Amino acid sequence: MSFILRLTPYFFLIPAFIILAVFFFIPFFQTLHLSFFDYSKDIYNPQLVNWANYIYLIKNPQFIKTILNTFYFLVLCVPFLVVFPLFLAVVLNSKIRFKTIYKLIIYLPVVVSIVVVAIAFKWLYAPEGLLNYFFNIFGLPSIGWLSDPKFAMISVALVTIFKGVGYYMMIYLSALMSVPKELYEAAEVDGASEWQKHISVTIPHIMPVIALVSTISSISALKVFVEIYVMTRGGPLDSTKTIVYYIYEKAFENLDLGLASAASVILLIVVMAFSLINIFVFERKKYGL
Amino acid sequence: MIKNFFKGFFAHIILLTVCFLSLLPFLWLLSTALKGASENIFQYPPVFFPQQPTLENFSEVLRLVPILKYVLNSFIVAFFTVVLNLILSAMAAYPLARMEFFGKKLVFFAILATIMVPFQAIMLPVYIITLKLNLVDSFGIIPGYIGMIAPFAVNAFGIFLLRQAFLTIPKELEESAVVDGCNSWQIFFKILLPMIKPSLAVLAIFTFIGSWGEFLWPSIVLTKETLFTLPVGINNLQGAFSANYRLVAAGSMVSIIPIMIFFVSLQKYFISGQNEGAVKG
Repeated sequence: MSFILRLTPYFFLIPAFIILAVFFFIPFFQTLHLSFFDYSKDIYNPQLVNWANYIYLIKNPQFIKTILNTFYFLVLCVPFLVVFPLFLAVVLNSKIRFKTIYKLIIYLPVVVSIVVVAIAFKWLYAPEGLLNYFFNIFGLPSIGWLSDPKFAMISVALVTIFKGVGYYMMIYLSALMSVPKELYEAAEVDGASEWQKHISVTIPHIMPVIALVSTISSISALKVFVEIYVMTRGGPLDSTKTIVYYIYEKAFENLDLGLASAASVILLIVVMAFSLINIFVFERKKYGL
Repeated sequence: MIKNFFKGFFAHIILLTVCFLSLLPFLWLLSTALKGASENIFQYPPVFFPQQPTLENFSEVLRLVPILKYVLNSFIVAFFTVVLNLILSAMAAYPLARMEFFGKKLVFFAILATIMVPFQAIMLPVYIITLKLNLVDSFGIIPGYIGMIAPFAVNAFGIFLLRQAFLTIPKELEESAVVDGCNSWQIFFKILLPMIKPSLAVLAIFTFIGSWGEFLWPSIVLTKETLFTLPVGINNLQGAFSANYRLVAAGSMVSIIPIMIFFVSLQKYFISGQNEGAVKG
């Protein structure tokens, strides 16, 4: 009896552990393993090539470009997704009417599938589409939103921003609820203006949440894929080809499993760096560390 | 008084603008979907309100494309993903929160480590394994569904969310149950699970949204249209009706109806501001 009792915790853990083993741990090690093989000559007869895939990648201008594109995308999205939702949350965190309606509408894009959002934007971005019409009204020339390599990545980033604002706004709103009211009252007594109150009370108090939003929005920016797949397929001229798109293309279109895996390991290292900061600095409490 | 009025006024202007922008892409899609065959959807300057509004495009796209079938597939996949997440996460969270056992630290950090691994970095081996397990649609409908569900049947976020919930339950409750002669399974099912219902609801809702919108994995594993989920099917409309964007627009609008109903009826879970840690984007 006591032997069975001692096994009880493991019985509870086993189902989850099987799933995680088959779909996380084994694939993880298999990614590392595959990255040392060459599948490009004969997919049924891979050759061990040690670091050759990695060396090829870091010397390959196209791959370097996808890395730079990914960070360009990150720089386009993350600052805006850190600052603007905070601004909205501050505006909403007051005794304002129609608060629930505002929150619902701003959150709406978060629940709609990214595929539909991307299709909707593709239509807005059409050469003779609505956005160019608005531009023309203000005397600006039409833009090739998705066809001009200079603008395509910005257009993709706008979609990601559109889909993310509501999500990060809700994170900020719940953080703002925890700012003690007395701090604002004290600042008011000191004669602080509305603006000064937020600079001196709100921002310092929710700094950890601002940092958290920076890391999680960075991580999701590094993983961007669907917007690009639906709208540009990495084009024009590879200007929107990011690292996940590169992995997808190598793995599922070129069937170059070794190269795809080496690129995956590089993605893994970058994302892990962000995640480690996240888990051990900002979310210790959530994970009970 | 006047100062407060202006402050409120500006706040409303800002919020109304953001709300308008949040709806604009969908409204423009809706407007296009409602335009009749005689209207030029590429007309310049654009026409905001359809001149001869019609539901023809909706009936046409529903006739040509099995969108309701996609809805059903999405629902089946999302439903079982939710059920499995609830059961597996709760079961794994319980010993992590409440029991002492050999290797607990190791298990804890192994699960935590999976958070750092993006699916996109391991999707290729996940696909290879799914193929080797015959869990793809070429082996039949049931294996096809299982293949779409299994990799997302449990994840670390869910386990940690429920672990936190279990930790807030006072230990005395369990101890008195032990005195009454309950074993671990009875304690788990009869006492602890009912007490973490709010967290289970949060996990269920956000898992549902995530599964419903998932595109990457189904688009990799699916080969047969009978198993297409909504995002995969809707993306396909673009190629199928590249000559008639009215139908793409109509199909897209139809596809968001179910999730809108879900969202509006469970709105308090989304906008109460209590659940921000439930999922990651």
